[in-house]
Amino acid sequence: MIPRHLIIGVTVMLAVALGMSGYVWRMRGRVQQTETPVLYPHPVAAPVQGPTEQVTLYVAYDDPGSLRPQAASIPLPAGRQERAQELLRALLGLYMEKSSSHPLGSGADVRDVYLVDPGLAVIDVNDAFADGHRSGVLVEELTLASMVQTLASNIPGINRVKILVGGKERETLAGHADLSCIYDVSAVVQMVAGLQ
Amino acid sequence: MQPSNHRALRFCLLAALTLAGAVVLSGAPETKRLSVYSPTANYSLPVIERNGGDYVGLFEILEPLGEVAARVDGRQWRVRYNDLDGEFTDGKTRARVQGQNFDLPGSFLLNGDNGRGLVPLGSLPNLMQLFLGAPVSFHETSRRLFIGNVAVHFTAQVNRTAPPTLVMNFSSPVNPMIATEPGKLRMVFTHEPLVPPGSQNLTFDSTAIPSATFQENNGAAEIVVAGPAPLFASFSNDGRTITITPAPQAVARPAQSPVPAPLAGSANSAPQPGTGPPAAANNSTTPSSSTPASSSQYFAVVDASHGGEERGAALSDQLAEKDVTLAFARRLRQELQARGFTTLLLRDGDLTLSLDQRANLTNEAHPAIYICLHAGSQGSGVRLYTALLPAGGESRGRFLDWDTAQSGFRVMSESAESSLSTEFGKRRVLVRSLAAPLRPLNNVAAAAVAIEIAPIMGRISDLDSPAYQQLVAESVTAGIEAVRDKLVAGTRGTPPGAITSGVPR
Repeated sequence: MIPRHLIIGVTVMLAVALGMSGYVWRMRGRVQQTETPVLYPHPVAAPVQGPTEQVTLYVAYDDPGSLRPQAASIPLPAGRQERAQELLRALLGLYMEKSSSHPLGSGADVRDVYLVDPGLAVIDVNDAFADGHRSGVLVEELTLASMVQTLASNIPGINRVKILVGGKERETLAGHADLSCIYDVSAVVQMVAGLQ
Repeated sequence: MQPSNHRALRFCLLAALTLAGAVVLSGAPETKRLSVYSPTANYSLPVIERNGGDYVGLFEILEPLGEVAARVDGRQWRVRYNDLDGEFTDGKTRARVQGQNFDLPGSFLLNGDNGRGLVPLGSLPNLMQLFLGAPVSFHETSRRLFIGNVAVHFTAQVNRTAPPTLVMNFSSPVNPMIATEPGKLRMVFTHEPLVPPGSQNLTFDSTAIPSATFQENNGAAEIVVAGPAPLFASFSNDGRTITITPAPQAVARPAQSPVPAPLAGSANSAPQPGTGPPAAANNSTTPSSSTPASSSQYFAVVDASHGGEERGAALSDQLAEKDVTLAFARRLRQELQARGFTTLLLRDGDLTLSLDQRANLTNEAHPAIYICLHAGSQGSGVRLYTALLPAGGESRGRFLDWDTAQSGFRVMSESAESSLSTEFGKRRVLVRSLAAPLRPLNNVAAAAVAIEIAPIMGRISDLDSPAYQQLVAESVTAGIEAVRDKLVAGTRGTPPGAITSGVPR
């Protein structure tokens, strides 16, 4: 003969288990209904404070394989270093657009730009910039020429440029364009002339 | 004393002596040595242990390389090498060289007995670079110091002849100490700046000579060739070639294939583009040429970019840039040789070669022209590139700056590029001429042009087409032929004894 208190205990536990199962089932349905948030592919940067200025961006076009100057109005801060960073962010913004003439990999961004006297600019791009870059001599050359020329033509006094990836030196951008060297701006200007 | 006790005592004594002898012999310390390899001299020096660190005499290192004078002034040790002055202080890590402060990784030591100035071994790369103005590479664990472009490279392949032979070709004459032991042939290179190939472990598709290993230790390089039977070595080609043969009684049955066995993971495993030209008879590792090994002078060096682990651009799901460049490179070599140009193909298989290795091999071959092949899916036709030289770079004396070694050859490179462009134009191939920051163009001390081949009609499959490969090969060959005399004159104009810093950075 099963004791009465045991029967009552088991019955209560079964009722609780059934109730919990129903609750879990309901919550699961709710989670499935909730939309997955879309990841915003662009890097989030602090809003720039400063007057809007007219600058010239040198934009790469894959189709003819050329570089073209393009006027743009962007807010620029007062500091040279910050200006350099914003210029490159504006340029990369064009490349991150859907209908870009020279698309870059998702999440590509400029981490920092350091202006080191005399005349040396160090551009530090993030890992996604290099890892997601398409491989090819011309396509890599266009990216580098576009960045160096944009920087040099808008920030006076820059005559050499070094490019780091994730704060470190890398041999090439995506298997071709040399990143181990320091670029001579005057030589890049000549190279750009051939790309226009 | 009982006889049995005598026996036990004698046994104990013998055992103790044996043990002591073994301890003494095994504990005999090997003298530490530093080997220095330079264009002027190769030499070896003893390494001195002080304060728990390894030291070497700076005067002794510099002496074989130029004019050296040193004097002791109290705790100061002043050294003059050619026109450069150095000042060191006993017990201090801060030194001055050429008026600049230089921090040593350990204290400078003045040896009171003979006034020798001892510097920590770890300071040698930067210190020697300051004194010599030439790039220096230091293999610290093996204590081997390379000054300038002195490295001796080698290739190894097993020929499936009867008996099978391992042929090792060296870029300069060598004279190693050779020792044989069961299952091994050991070659020790003390005076040669031998550097390892892509991999330190070489495996061959041969039962008679299955493998070889490269290792460095105590100022020497060593190649150990393994084999089930005793191995014999013979020299030829003025010491540039060593042929290793198994003893006749143990020769394995020769294989059926007449093709030499390549290194494992190299040529045989290379996925060939389906419609590419047949591989050359010598399907060996890098570099390969159909000219005899004795010929050290090549007119052209053809470099199929990427290879091995580095696939280059993914041109399609199946087509990698490394395979396309190899197919074009083989076709180009065939065409160049058909027109009488001796040609060295840097990579004739699926092999990983660093950019520094490509430049080193090219500079050692002293070609009239270096042609580097790339492939891309963007655009159409071909794009020709000459080097975009980086900022800085200063050649000192016989040493050309590594990063800007191309600077003296730009006119020749542009001339060759222009000629190639004309020939492509004649054949109605869309062509563009550009400069590009593309290594190793800037490291090459010869006319140097890179060619990026894009589909001719906009279809990726064009890159796999034998007709297109032939068209490109013919255009390039005709372009080179048109400037042959200029290129030859250009090689004559190379500064005598010019040395590029062939030391990987």
